Amino acid sequence: MTISSLVPRMSRICGPGNVVTDPLELRTYECDGLTSHRATPALVVLPCDAGQVAAVVRECAAAGIPFVARGSGTGLSGGAVPREDGVLIVMSKMRRVLEVDPLARRAIVEPGVTNLAVTQAAAPYGLFYAPDPSSQVVCSVGGNVAENSGGAHCLKHGFTVNHVTGLEVVTPSGELTWLGDGTGVPLGYDLLGAFTGSEGTLGIVTKVVVKLTVAPQAVHLVLAGYATLAEGGRAVSDIIAAGIVPAAIEMMDALSIEAAEAAVACGYPQGAGAVLLVELDGPATEVEAELATVMKIIEAAGATEVRTADDPAQRFAIWKGRKAAFAAVGRLAPAYIVQDGVVPRTALGDVLARISALSASSGIRVANVFHAGDGNLHPLVLYNDAVPGEAARAEEVSGAILDACIEYGGSITGEHGVGVDKSRYMPRMFSDDDLDTMQLLRCAFDPASLCNPGKVFPTPRLCGEVPGHHRAPHPAVVSGDAAAAGGDQGTAPQSPPMEIF
Amino acid sequence: MSEQPSTDHLKDVAGDCVHCGFCLPACPTYQLWGEEMDSPRGRIHLVSQLLDGAPLTPATATHFDRCLGCMACMTACPSGVQYDQLIEAARGWTEHPDQAPAGPPARADAPADAPAASPAAISAPARFARRSLRDRTTRAAIFAVFPYPARLRALTAPLRMAQRTGLDKWLAGSGLPAKVSPAAEAALRLAPPSAKRTAGQRLPERVAARGPRRAVVGMLTGCVQSVFFPQVNAATARVLAAEGCDVIIPRGQGCCGALSGHSGRHAEAMRFARATIETFEQAGVDAIVVNSAGCGSAMKDYERLLADDPTWAARATALSGRVRDLAEFLAGLGPVAPRHPVPVTAAYHDACHLGHAQRITRQPRELLGAIPELRLVELPDAGTCCGSAGVYNLLQPQAARELAVRKADSVLASGAELVISANPGCTLQISAELAQRGKVIATAHTAEILDASINGRPR
Ligand SMILES: Cc1cc2nc3c(=O)[nH]c(=O)nc-3n(C[C@H](O)[C@H](O)[C@H](O)COP(=O)(O)OP(=O)(O)OC[C@H]3O[C@@H](n4cnc5c(N)ncnc54)[C@H](O)[C@@H]3O)c2cc1C
Ligand code: SF4
Ligand code: SF4
Repeated sequence: MTISSLVPRMSRICGPGNVVTDPLELRTYECDGLTSHRATPALVVLPCDAGQVAAVVRECAAAGIPFVARGSGTGLSGGAVPREDGVLIVMSKMRRVLEVDPLARRAIVEPGVTNLAVTQAAAPYGLFYAPDPSSQVVCSVGGNVAENSGGAHCLKHGFTVNHVTGLEVVTPSGELTWLGDGTGVPLGYDLLGAFTGSEGTLGIVTKVVVKLTVAPQAVHLVLAGYATLAEGGRAVSDIIAAGIVPAAIEMMDALSIEAAEAAVACGYPQGAGAVLLVELDGPATEVEAELATVMKIIEAAGATEVRTADDPAQRFAIWKGRKAAFAAVGRLAPAYIVQDGVVPRTALGDVLARISALSASSGIRVANVFHAGDGNLHPLVLYNDAVPGEAARAEEVSGAILDACIEYGGSITGEHGVGVDKSRYMPRMFSDDDLDTMQLLRCAFDPASLCNPGKVFPTPRLCGEVPGHHRAPHPAVVSGDAAAAGGDQGTAPQSPPMEIF
Repeated sequence: MSEQPSTDHLKDVAGDCVHCGFCLPACPTYQLWGEEMDSPRGRIHLVSQLLDGAPLTPATATHFDRCLGCMACMTACPSGVQYDQLIEAARGWTEHPDQAPAGPPARADAPADAPAASPAAISAPARFARRSLRDRTTRAAIFAVFPYPARLRALTAPLRMAQRTGLDKWLAGSGLPAKVSPAAEAALRLAPPSAKRTAGQRLPERVAARGPRRAVVGMLTGCVQSVFFPQVNAATARVLAAEGCDVIIPRGQGCCGALSGHSGRHAEAMRFARATIETFEQAGVDAIVVNSAGCGSAMKDYERLLADDPTWAARATALSGRVRDLAEFLAGLGPVAPRHPVPVTAAYHDACHLGHAQRITRQPRELLGAIPELRLVELPDAGTCCGSAGVYNLLQPQAARELAVRKADSVLASGAELVISANPGCTLQISAELAQRGKVIATAHTAEILDASINGRPR
């Protein structure tokens, strides 16, 4: 069946106003927050409820047409890049907060609700939704689930996966089902955990049950300016070594400070080589005690300027600079790549030094914004796409940064996901067997490979397909512990089993 | 015509957008519909496509038309994208489709495989997005009347008569206007109750400062303001005089061109701008005080509007540099006149052309907050447009209505007895929606409340 023959069916399901076919309109959906990967979808649908999502997916499944879910399109790994031969299912019309239960401290929301809207709905009860990506004003909870998003405060409070207790999902065959029972205590296989962070490849989220956290009694934010990143880094290590787990420890370098200042006039120390933000939250007495220790450490590390803020307006003003940093970098260069490498905290200094060396030798500027507390780096690799060859050089620097992260025992992504952008780096981190095991899970959910295909895995494959590098079926299949992936379609592995025991 | 900025310049402006989406939640039309094409990021993307040579499709033109021009996206954007320049250009193209960036065919990677069944699939640039006859007629009528106070006054006389006789209620109840034209229905709903014809409605050319003179200022009276809200202009002049200003009100002043400029009628806007510059140059004033947010932002923008006109560029820059919003001017000048209590709970509504386009949010709150016994409450959606947006409520009545409903809800929830705003359109829009629900919440301009406090004038 061709996609155009789906149009009347989709219009019947979602209403004609919620099916997009105009070529220019379609192109506005060609990319997410990472503009270097683009594809114009053949069709865009905007369903209004879970039933419509399920019906849309069933049509796609029946026609063998690939589909991709999209939330607010702020992803930074190209996870929501559409398929030119497929349907883009946009969740932005499903944005109702369905329930806030202050006693059970949980909320049930539709996937298109923004992260911040959950906190706003919980605020009257003295509660908040803890994972706070910098994009929280706009990113959707559905997208957060798909990417297992984190934020500045995840150091203490945990990532999305720690705050989602139930999901209503449409499986890739169009079945509506629940994962997790809303209690947060998994029974049997933790499918909820497996789904969270699956980057839209295991199905489409249509409802999310989230935990709400009691707003802390006291919150104290300390802002410190340093001449160098190394000094700021020392303060970070010393704070953690002192046994304190701050709600957040963030660092920014000179370039990103400059950008944030230009964007939101956040009043960070002028001329500083690094700015460190440390937020403490909890019972007032505990925060007071920790604050005293933190101030000592910060000063001992050589801070040139220290400011503290405890009232919400002041804190908001300081955080605004950090949260605007990525987008603000748009003021420094026409284009940039946001990296998302993770390194052990102890290797922060070395890796940062490597990055500045890479920057110096290539002439490509790199700004640094990072979650210092958990070693999650966000180097922003700046380039001008109008200068021939510069994009390629930036890409090289970006890859070399990831290599450095892996070399020091870290990872290629902390919170932005693999998507299309980092799929080619997967083999640098995982063996073929690792990747095949992941593929088995994927195929269990999506045997027809229609749900966000081409993401996460380095080479697109169909379930049951034997890739070139692959000499044997997965050990679990050989031993009879697992069905051949895609087995229900009858595609058996073709190469003869190798002697492996 | 040379009045459109160059394609290269616009490409640079659009290129500043990093596609982060931070502007989406701030955009009223995205709040309403949740669609990318009706978000700032989507509209910028559409502009980029047109700049790259894509033909203007009817659907695309609709998304530009639906933009309120409220500039909430500019306030929200961390990357500093000058969206105002992009939407003005886009409005120019929708007004004159033949002026849309023609030339090169769509980018090589453009969707060649657009679904054949698509009713809107456009193959050749020949099919311009022509507006419907009714749409064109409505626009022509609006731009033939609004910028001309005399015509506006004449035309609205029957409307006033209708209101006085209760005909309006009957007409509205009959549903007849909506059937004839949604715009006519909206105009009827939004027309202000016949302004109290106070004596001396026509302001003198000069109002002398009370006490020692601190400044000599010019005052713009505006089209809509002078016809529908003469009392706001009178209050403005009294407040300025009480604060020690000689107020010059040039007789010959006409429309400042805001309505035309914000609607993509560039040539017309330039004509009005040149005339306004001339008038105020002759007035010999330190500052030009404007009490209508839309006019103020347009006049501050003359500098850009006439930048490419060698004979006018310098004069436009000089004039723009002297334009001040009333609240901005008063806050800068500092108060001398004593304030009397105005015991009321009031919500201050940020007019978009003041809050977003001129980034003036603090000064009016400071001035109002300093009035004894006036309790100022904040609206949770203070940054969101009420749907008035110049003539938007006449051209896109349904969307405007939905936004008015939301704003009215938030006003009612705030417990305010009075809504204060610096734009006549907003005041009209909000009070009309409240009146529809049978709720009487007073509305006023900042100038009127200051006047009440300083001069003890009952409203
Ligand atoms: C300026 C900026 C700052 C950012 N800061 C952070 C940060 O601090 N921390 C962080 O973790 N991320 C951050 N991000 C990245 C991004 O905001 C997150 O990944 C976010 O979770 C994406 O949400 P979205 O709604 O925009 O999803 P999209 O970009 O639309 O989609 C992301 C992925 O989710 C899938 N998806 C979307 N909705 C659903 C659904 N209902 N069901 C199944 N799959 C779905 C898509 O298929 C895609 O694979 C930032 C991005 C920007 C632009
Ligand atoms: S001007 Fe207002 S309506 Fe138009 S895109 Fe910006 S925020 Fe949306
Ligand atoms: S906030 Fe600015 S940079 Fe981000 S998408 Fe909107 S216009 Fe573009």
